[in-house]
Amino acid sequence: MSVLGSRRNAAAFSHAPPTPQLARLRAMLKGEHLLYLASIVGMIVLWHVIATTFFKPQFFPGPAVVFATGVEMVQSHELFEHIGISLQRILIGFFVGSAIAAPIGLLMGSIRKVRVVFDPYTQFFRFVPSIAWLTPVVMWFGVGEISKVLIIVYTTTFIVLINTMVGVANIAPNKLRAAACLGATPVQAFFHVTLPASLPFILTGMRLAMGNSFATVVSAEMIAADTGLGYLIFNSRLWMATDRIFIGIVCLGALGLITDRFFRYLIVRFAHQYGPIE
Amino acid sequence: MLSKLVRPEAEAAADFLVARNVSYGYETKGRPSPPPVLAAFDLVITRGEFFCLLGPSGCGKTTVLNLMAGFLSPREGTLTLDGRPITGPGVDRAVVFQSDDSLFTWLRAIDNVAFGPRMTGMDRDRRYALAREYLRLVNLEGQGDKYPGELSGGMKQRVQIARVLANDPKILLMDEPFGALDAQTRTRLQDELVDVWGKMRKTVLFITHDIAEAILLADRIGIMTRGPQAHVGEIITVELARPRRRGSPGFGELWERINALIEGTREDEQ
Repeated sequence: MSVLGSRRNAAAFSHAPPTPQLARLRAMLKGEHLLYLASIVGMIVLWHVIATTFFKPQFFPGPAVVFATGVEMVQSHELFEHIGISLQRILIGFFVGSAIAAPIGLLMGSIRKVRVVFDPYTQFFRFVPSIAWLTPVVMWFGVGEISKVLIIVYTTTFIVLINTMVGVANIAPNKLRAAACLGATPVQAFFHVTLPASLPFILTGMRLAMGNSFATVVSAEMIAADTGLGYLIFNSRLWMATDRIFIGIVCLGALGLITDRFFRYLIVRFAHQYGPIE
Repeated sequence: MLSKLVRPEAEAAADFLVARNVSYGYETKGRPSPPPVLAAFDLVITRGEFFCLLGPSGCGKTTVLNLMAGFLSPREGTLTLDGRPITGPGVDRAVVFQSDDSLFTWLRAIDNVAFGPRMTGMDRDRRYALAREYLRLVNLEGQGDKYPGELSGGMKQRVQIARVLANDPKILLMDEPFGALDAQTRTRLQDELVDVWGKMRKTVLFITHDIAEAILLADRIGIMTRGPQAHVGEIITVELARPRRRGSPGFGELWERINALIEGTREDEQ
């Protein structure tokens, strides 16, 4: 996280002419990148040592075994199929859920009556985990993609919605007062103040929801799918194929990391002026 | 002693912002209502003048400003601007807040200044030309592309002033706008504000608890009594020639006189 944080600061400074301080900052960043890489390599080495010293590969496969299995699965195109379908479910559900949640959250935050109407549902359903709905959803919508995507939509919606509401609640009242004095109608104030002022919270909510979407897709695929990383992990247990389970785990972690960094990059690139993200 | 109703002979001609017998109290649920913050509050501000409302902290100065801005509605009494009753926020009354959290942090300085004209439908070229002009007026030429987060405290308050001027209001309501600034910056902004006021001849209601600031800026100073049930006690006309300095002849005497009046209100209450 600190690496990402520093990168953000570096982006904010990038308009300034190069100064000795900036050069030093760049050098430091390079050092941090090195540390970041060293940390990853160190972890792999530790994994290797522990796995090969104390365990049988069937029980705890080392990085070499997992890598070999990974290469095999890449060559047979099996891995990309699993990754592709899981990612597709996550992204569709995530974006549809965010698109539903952000406007409702903005309206709930801005208009008391809307909040009163939606509040009981928000407070009730956000405690019901998406996976609890899996069986009814499969019964109603079939075992196809729609069910899995709907489950992700559900997961995303409440996280983004609550963060959006918090965002609206955090807008300095003076901003809305200033807008009113400057001639903004309530509708203009909504689009020109409420929306941009709560955007950092909406985006933070989306980043959190992304994490939950990964968790949810795995659960859903374990129970009701014949493709995807969750299926890969759960199905491999039948043959004690721990190396394949590890492939699933590594892919989930790596995908999560990459999508999060990409999302962060987009925020820094296009929305940094809206305010800090974490 | 000056009465609360000031210069009755001049009122008919120049009355501009008028508060008549205004009272205001904050609501409390369940508990019995505390005495109102303001009671029997009368004030007449004339067109074009620089009026400072001076009072100890907690006496209800900001409540007065919020009522005049239309953010709050009085419990009793009437508020009018240029003969029209004040019923809510409007473009005729612009507010400069003490806190820079009123700036739109996601917009550049120039977009902040162009915000009002944008809301009222001025076309793009005209409103940016206008915004540039007002940024120049507050000595922020060339800073328009910066975001508020990249500006110093003094520069942010300048953006606030440019932003309200760009909307061409009838009156500026300023709520301790320099209260959070360091002494040097404050002095500079006070001078700049007098300068801008001299050029624009807008009516200004300026709220402060700083006696020296009030003397430096105001044509007239209204001294509020200590709350609750606060109202304007004395009104002092500042006769000192402009530009004023803390060392100007008569400054110290006036400061002492006003300070004695404020101290007097404290003894009255005790």
